[in-house]
Amino acid sequence: MSEDTKQLQQVEAIVQQMHGRKGALLPILHAIKDALGCVPPAAVPIIAKGLNLSRAEVHGVISFYHDFKTEPGGENLVQLCRAEACQAMGARELETHVESSLGIGIGETTADGKISLEPVYCLGNCACSPSVAINQKVYARVDAARFDELIAELGRAAS
Amino acid sequence: MTKVFIPQDMVAVACGADELAAQVQQQANESGVEITLVRNGSRGLLWLEPLVEVEQGDQRVSLGQVDADDVSSLIRAIADGDLSQHPKFLGDIEQHDYFKCQQRLTFKRAGLADPVCLESYRANGGYAGLTRALAMSPQEIVDEVKESGLRGRGGAAFPTGIKWQTVLDTAGEQKYITCNADEGDSGTFADRLLMEADPYQLIEGMTIAGVAVGATEGFIYLRSEYPLAHRLLDIAIERAQNQGWLGKDIQGSGHDFQLEVRLGAGAYICGEETSMLESLEGKRGMVRSKPPLPAIEGFLASPTVVNNVLTLAAVTTVLAEGAEHYQNFGMGRSRGTMPMQLAGNIKHGGLVELAFGMSLRELVDNIGGGTASGRPVRAIQVGGPLGAYLPESQWDTPLDYESFAAIQAMLGHGGVVVFDDSVDMSLQARFAMEFCAEESCGKCTPCRIGSVRGVEVIDRIRSGTERANNLSLLHDLCDTMEYGSLCAMGGMTPFPVRSAVSHFPEDFGAENLAAGEQQVKSSAEEVTH
Ligand SMILES: Cc1cc2nc3c(=O)[nH]c(=O)nc-3n(C[C@H](O)[C@H](O)[C@H](O)COP(=O)(O)O)c2cc1C
Ligand code: SF4
Ligand code: FES
Repeated sequence: MSEDTKQLQQVEAIVQQMHGRKGALLPILHAIKDALGCVPPAAVPIIAKGLNLSRAEVHGVISFYHDFKTEPGGENLVQLCRAEACQAMGARELETHVESSLGIGIGETTADGKISLEPVYCLGNCACSPSVAINQKVYARVDAARFDELIAELGRAAS
Repeated sequence: MTKVFIPQDMVAVACGADELAAQVQQQANESGVEITLVRNGSRGLLWLEPLVEVEQGDQRVSLGQVDADDVSSLIRAIADGDLSQHPKFLGDIEQHDYFKCQQRLTFKRAGLADPVCLESYRANGGYAGLTRALAMSPQEIVDEVKESGLRGRGGAAFPTGIKWQTVLDTAGEQKYITCNADEGDSGTFADRLLMEADPYQLIEGMTIAGVAVGATEGFIYLRSEYPLAHRLLDIAIERAQNQGWLGKDIQGSGHDFQLEVRLGAGAYICGEETSMLESLEGKRGMVRSKPPLPAIEGFLASPTVVNNVLTLAAVTTVLAEGAEHYQNFGMGRSRGTMPMQLAGNIKHGGLVELAFGMSLRELVDNIGGGTASGRPVRAIQVGGPLGAYLPESQWDTPLDYESFAAIQAMLGHGGVVVFDDSVDMSLQARFAMEFCAEESCGKCTPCRIGSVRGVEVIDRIRSGTERANNLSLLHDLCDTMEYGSLCAMGGMTPFPVRSAVSHFPEDFGAENLAAGEQQVKSSAEEVTH
């Protein structure tokens, strides 16, 4: 069985299991995202059928929310907080450093597919900012040196 | 028996609490020192995280900012039964100045114990409010909430009892309680801290709301950025269910209430209540026009309570201690306590629950200790990204809804973000517009397009291109957004922008500003003549 078929079977199973819940679409999209890392376009017709919605409606919902991507990102997700409390502690300078040290801009993935860099607006760590999340784990008071250290640890963990 | 408390709170973990906990356990084992490690919630003194507490006999003492280098001396001190000589020793945390000056009602239990331990919750006063409510009529509960003077802590400060009355009075086969745990404002983390430290309090508050208005189903709409809160709430809900505090026939009262956590998906606007309801229904988070009010036609067109985490949590105190006790705190029409959150460039960042009325200056200088950088404070943004930037001349304003409204500012959800004198206020104004452009639901033109124009106009001002004209254009744009937007996203983005321009004109090219204002005035005169 191809990888794609397997994925769509997973989608089918999730929809089957969850379609009866009130307001089922978001929980379904989260479940698909957790299982597959994204919500692939081929999932849309299956979800639409299961929830009795048009494909356009399902697509409209997916595109509205930052969390739902239609393609998988890099192996690791690095999120930089760009909101005010982090700005007050140097998030803008950190952003400049991060972009030059990873060689990519916000919203991009490194050429080797290892790291995707995404913006986030507040992680709830505003008393110990600037904040960075790596694969959903939040780090406090991240300056340029600390950031490089964290990325180096990622590299070591992978090898 | 020695108990060692190391918080599992997200900030504590971001400061290394997980690694620390592992080291403490390991070194204790190796040294044959018997300890019970408890992963509690945070006490809210976040700059001291990881804050370790050690309980021996009837003594509970704390150590702040504990790191790997402190572990062996910590284990030795535990073995000796005397921590007072440890370099990180702070003593009883409740005797700490930061803690003593607070009036902790909602956060009284935060950090005391394992957050999902239902026995600890009950031993520390939990479920007293619901127990009392179960013996009252729905109208009596609603009256109690009205008398307490409690107003919504999510931002709009609407009287909670009046909202509940509407839901109680509206007929409906199925009513709902929804908790707004989207907490998107920068500088705020009180909802998170409560859910991670004392999740049963939220569950209890929602159950009281359900009993009061006749709703048997509830949803917590939680932002996806809070995975720990999600995990803890799920565990707490399951345990409450198993112990008869949720589900059918709660504690034999005949009342049913079931509860579920639903995740948001990274959209700030879904914190706006009607957008949140759309999202809960599985739709795009487009803001609805009101009327109908959610209290009348909310989730799936049914009567629905929408309340913030802190509002629902406060209800447990109101019911447990009585309306009078709660409303004895505060000033004017702002009754009870407000969990303020000190964030940004602040020396002592954390949660400060206070009766309304202290001045902003006292909060930031005396409690917060001024900036983290040691430089002078220049601007303070209160109330999240839609709140005004306050200059020094306004720092004596008391923390109270009406006093803030009087200076075109708001308390909002209680976030206080401090900036030192290195801040460029034109960049902050630009960010306000940029954020609005990024997060607008897109329903109304002034918000969707106006914010994009706003960024461009501020860029021109910053680069010195026709400053005066562009400043007056910015004023017009702010007017259009303020008066032509359906919700506060577009309607209040002008607040941070205007406050930055008017209080910090030097960051926008001050000499030219005077000319700009001249121009606004003369064009206004043209209109009136
Ligand atoms: C753009 C925008 C974002 C909001 N975000 C939140 C939020 O994250 N949490 C919240 O409780 N209220 C938020 N609100 C306020 C809600 O619309 C609503 O007033 C509140 O949830 C009602 O609960 P309360 O009466 O207990 O405060 C937001 C409002 C707007 C306009
Ligand atoms: S003001 Fe903005 S966010 Fe609010 S309804 Fe209009 S477009 Fe949507
Ligand atoms: S503003 Fe960055 S964590 Fe809140």
